[in-house]
This record gives sequence, C-alpha cells and structure tokens, in this order.
Amino acid sequence: MRLHALFPLLAMMAISAPAPADTVDYAKSEITFVSKQMNVPVQGRFKKFTAQIVFDPRKLASAKAEIAVDLASIDTGSTEADDEVGKKGWFNTSAFPTATFSSKAVTQTGPDRYEARGRLSIKGIGQDVIASFSARRTGDAVTYEGAFTLKRLQFKIGEGIWSDTDTVADEVQVKFRILATGNK
Amino acid sequence: MDISSQRYTRVAITLHWLIAAAILCTFLLGQYMTGLQLSPAKLKLYSYHKWIGVTIFLLVLIRLAWRVTHRPPPPPASMPAWQHSAAKIAHFFLYALTLCIPISGWLMSSASGFQVVYLGMLPIPDLLGKSKDLADQLKQLHEALNWLMLLVVALHVAAALKHHLVDRDDVLWRMLPLLKQRSASK
Repeated sequence: MRLHALFPLLAMMAISAPAPADTVDYAKSEITFVSKQMNVPVQGRFKKFTAQIVFDPRKLASAKAEIAVDLASIDTGSTEADDEVGKKGWFNTSAFPTATFSSKAVTQTGPDRYEARGRLSIKGIGQDVIASFSARRTGDAVTYEGAFTLKRLQFKIGEGIWSDTDTVADEVQVKFRILATGNK
Repeated sequence: MDISSQRYTRVAITLHWLIAAAILCTFLLGQYMTGLQLSPAKLKLYSYHKWIGVTIFLLVLIRLAWRVTHRPPPPPASMPAWQHSAAKIAHFFLYALTLCIPISGWLMSSASGFQVVYLGMLPIPDLLGKSKDLADQLKQLHEALNWLMLLVVALHVAAALKHHLVDRDDVLWRMLPLLKQRSASK
C-alpha cells in the first residue's frame, strides 16, 4: 500500500477523534449561587463537582461541557439551611444526589464571550438553560467564567411551604469559574 | 405655672412610647424566633426583627436630635441629688443601648453572611465580611446588651412607678401619652 493512500484515512481520524478534555484545577474552580431570601442576596456554593470540558475557540462545533455537581456538598451559608436543603422538599439528595449540565451547542457572542446551550437536570427534571461565559487564556490555562439564572420551582427545589417565592425568590443565579489546563 | 409640672413635648412623648413599644415587640420577637425550626415564617420574622431594629435606631436618632433642641422639663425640686444623678446615668444607658443594640445586630447579621435589607428594599452595606467566629461573638454581645437593656428598663419602670405611687410627684405623668397639656391646671 502506497503511503498517500493513507492520507484520507488519517484526515478522517483527525476529524473524528474526540478532542482531549481539559484538566480541571478544582482548587481554583468554583460553582456558587445567589438566592434571595426576603430580598436579601445570600451566597452559597457547591464544594464538590466534576467538569469535563472540551473547548477550542477555533472548533466551537466540537466544544463540550459535562458538569456533575454533588448536591450534598452544598454550603448554603448556614448549617441550619445546609441540613434543610437535603430534604425531600428541596434537593432530596438521597434519591437525586447529582445535578448535571450537558452542553449541546456553544456559540460565540463577542470577543472571548460565548454562550453554552444545554440541558440542566436536577431532581429528575431536565430544563434547557443558556449559560453565557467568558474564556480567558493565561499561559496554558483557560479560565471559564460565567453565570445563568434558573427558576428553582421548575425543578421542584423547595416544595410545600417553601414554594412561597415572597420568602425565597424563584430565581437563583448560578455562577461558575472553572480553571482548566488544555491538553494541546 | 409651676415649672416642675411641665410635660414633655408631644413629639418627645410620642417618640418615647413608640420606641418603647417597638423595643418590647422586637425583644419578644427575638426571644421567640431564635427557637423556631427553619421555615419561611422564621425567615420572615428574622427580617421583621431586623427592620424594627433599624427603625428603633432611626427613631432614637430623631429623639436625640429633638432632645438636644428641646430641653426636657427639670426634675422635681423635692428629688434628692443622688436620684437625679442615678436617673441621668440610667437615661444615658437607655439611649446608648437603644443605639448599640441595633448596631450589634446589624454587625452580627453581616458577619453571619446575611445583609440587612431594610423593609426588603433598602440594602444596608455590610461593614463586616462573613466570619463565623465574629458572628458568634457578636451574637453573644447582642444578647448580653439585651439583658443589660432589660435590667435598665426594669429600673426605669420601677423608678417611674415609685415617683408616681410613693413620691406622688408628676415625673411619670409628664411622660404619659394621650393626655391634654394641663396648661390651665395650676
């Protein structure tokens, strides 16, 4: 077999081979959220999550983010609330321990600005969300920073007495900062 | 007209009783709410407690400004000097505590990571960042100042009743609300 006969095959492999995922530096990454209680913004965070990110600004079509959040690792800002939100009416963490986000499409919206559309699943309920984020490269590391707003009642987070949105607002802003080193 | 039978001004009387009522409400609310299980009602009551606290602080500032510009009636001539001094000290503590207790509550709230948003509309800046140790210490301070307040208020009420029932002077009368100025009484 002559060598040049291999070229189309090699070219196909280069296209179809999955791009390597970035290595996430979890110590420098965070997922936080702000909920409003009696109109008071209260910040919380999730201490444990995993993120698999494939991102190359020149190949947005193959960009992909898979994020899984360990809901029991929540830090709401008060121990009392940490215990409360694991319960059935909230996250029901014993039945639904993980929240996931799976991107479907990433588009550019400006210089270093992007938008990821994807499926957010919490408590067995999936909703489409759009997260806008920036990707800034420093050396061989990239910081992805962005936010989106979810409506907690769409995911049945806080049922029964807690569905009163005058006390705890429906909108929860989720923010993320993920620092990853690209395998390029 | 006997000068000692002058009443406080209507503004001073109104502010005194308004603040007294607000303090009683928010003190009892504070006692009640802390023991509650986490619920929307608890979050509401905590907010109301903070809003009343901020209101008391503002009313006390107005009251102090009024007091500086409107001299209160002098104590009865029959009152011994030591009682006069004791009353001055007690009144100083009452004013100081009605200002310090809301401040300690505000700082405690900030240190606990909960900004105070007055009436759910006006955010009051956090002077302190979130710190659990600081929040615990400020909680103890807030409580200690409240027990001190209770002590001084008890003394204040006892003294007022003693003036009214034992000395039979007009010290309590001149601060009582809803009375017509007794301008023609003497």
